[in-house]
Amino acid sequence: MQALFGQLLIGLINGAFYAMLSLGLAVIFGLLNIINFTHGAQYMMGAFCAWFLLNKAGVGYWWALLLAPIAVGAIGMLIERTMLARLYKLDHLYGLLLTFGLALIIQGLFRNEFGSSGLPYQIPSELTGGMNLGFMFLPIYRGWVIVASLVVCFSTWYVIERTKLGSYLRAATENPALVQAFGVNVPRMITLTFGFGVGLAALAGVMAAPIYQVNPLMGADMIIVVFAVVVIGGMGSIMGAILTGFGLGVVEGLTKYFYPEASNTVIFVVMVIVLMVRPAGLFGRER
Amino acid sequence: MSVATEAVSPWRGPHATMVIGTALMAAALAIAPLVGIYPVFLMKALCFALFACAFNLLLGFGGLLSFGHAMFLGTAGYVCAYAAKVWGFPPELAIATGTAAAAVLGAVVGALAIRRQGIYFAMITLAVAQMMYFFYLQTPFTHGEDGIQAVPRGHLFGIIDLSQPLAIYYTVLTIFIAAFLLIYRIIHSPFGQVLKAIRENEPRAISLGYDADRYKLLAFVLSATLAGLAGATKAIVFQLASLTDVHWSMSGEVVLMTLLGGMGTIFGPVVGAFVIAGLENYLAGFGEWVTIITGAIFVVCVLAFRRGIVGEIAAWWARRTA
Repeated sequence: MQALFGQLLIGLINGAFYAMLSLGLAVIFGLLNIINFTHGAQYMMGAFCAWFLLNKAGVGYWWALLLAPIAVGAIGMLIERTMLARLYKLDHLYGLLLTFGLALIIQGLFRNEFGSSGLPYQIPSELTGGMNLGFMFLPIYRGWVIVASLVVCFSTWYVIERTKLGSYLRAATENPALVQAFGVNVPRMITLTFGFGVGLAALAGVMAAPIYQVNPLMGADMIIVVFAVVVIGGMGSIMGAILTGFGLGVVEGLTKYFYPEASNTVIFVVMVIVLMVRPAGLFGRER
Repeated sequence: MSVATEAVSPWRGPHATMVIGTALMAAALAIAPLVGIYPVFLMKALCFALFACAFNLLLGFGGLLSFGHAMFLGTAGYVCAYAAKVWGFPPELAIATGTAAAAVLGAVVGALAIRRQGIYFAMITLAVAQMMYFFYLQTPFTHGEDGIQAVPRGHLFGIIDLSQPLAIYYTVLTIFIAAFLLIYRIIHSPFGQVLKAIRENEPRAISLGYDADRYKLLAFVLSATLAGLAGATKAIVFQLASLTDVHWSMSGEVVLMTLLGGMGTIFGPVVGAFVIAGLENYLAGFGEWVTIITGAIFVVCVLAFRRGIVGEIAAWWARRTA
């Protein structure tokens, strides 16, 4: 029983990262129609940013939660302005290819510098230790990750679905030309949205740093799983991305307990089944 | 992605260019090992070139970007290596078995992936390929990280000893040229023309009565099969089937070869494959720089060089003769 709850907890943690990453992908895709292949690399950059801040500048975890997303998001916006913006008139596949190339460059540079072994990142002192819940032992940091990512995900959902700013964003997703005609600066909105999505990935990276080791390839395999999550959920809705992310994390955790051999592949198997039954994804609309 | 028009005179126009080009290419490749170019390098480049041509059939002429084509290369490699080593199949039968395995996998994955288009298609193929990667990592017959090693090359049709460097080289060259001509034939068949029509305007092709999904599936299976032929041949040449060939970075590499050479051109993937294979050979000692340079070529190609090497040459030629 202990082991089952342990795997469920790991599943929820993984789910938290899947949710934050697929949320970022969905927000970017909604407005830019681009699948950001660098998302995994940017998640890794967030973790490295936290590591640099702690080890080179003595800046701790809490500031890293704020600074890393800003720094990585700024780099993202630079990429969007200088490169992606030139591709909007072309087939959307070029955006995928460009970001794939960028991911290779970023991961290659980090591997050159840091090798492929992980660097440790300390859990901040406020969140060390654990709680005994009666049926299981919960390390406080892991509980914090789940709660914090839920808060981040649902605030993002609230901003996009329930505020004025979000309504501009949703309108621009439907018809950018019309929104621009109403006097909204759509190109700037696109840049900021891209920066926000990338920032979410970096935030997930900072939160992941104390759990997984900080490793140049930590995002490379993650991003493929997140793609599968995105296909399963469909990119039509923000809530869909969040729910599928957490749900699949739990499914993966349960598989690790009941049939560990399939834990690597279960999400892909779910994707295959969903594609056969509902090609548009669980929450998607057929376009 | 320009569409070639059929020529009227047999000695002018695209067909003549094609005939002369293929003859020159075959002659150059036939002489290459005799003038001192390392045959193992040439064979590696030829396998990659066949792989890229197969991929280009799907992307350049069907407009479908598969980001998981390594699964066909790798599957055929594993099955071929297993057949040759464990079942003791002669090389021609082992290659055929491997290729058939890739065809079956192509039919299954294709039926699934063509349910979605564009970016989703790319993500689905990538995810399925990753699933296959984990399968080959865990299943015992592939020997995990070690791969299937010391695959016997054997005797082709029982007579030609493939352990001789030139014998295997000319065998690979023959396979490559035959597959290259087959791809050219497919592209210029009525099937190929319908495929291009679907790429340009799918609803219109459907309204004209073509079953677009069936055409796309057939293109996918053909591409997977030919990619499998490349993988099976590669396993016999290098006497090895390993995880490298099913990894997503291999899927990325074939996209790069096609993009760099010129997608939708006949010779582009061949040129791209030779450039990338040469680059990897040259940079083999520089570790991660291969990845970084590969990524940089991607970025440059997408931003400034979308027609690729052969596409740019063709455009320059067209401007000159216009």
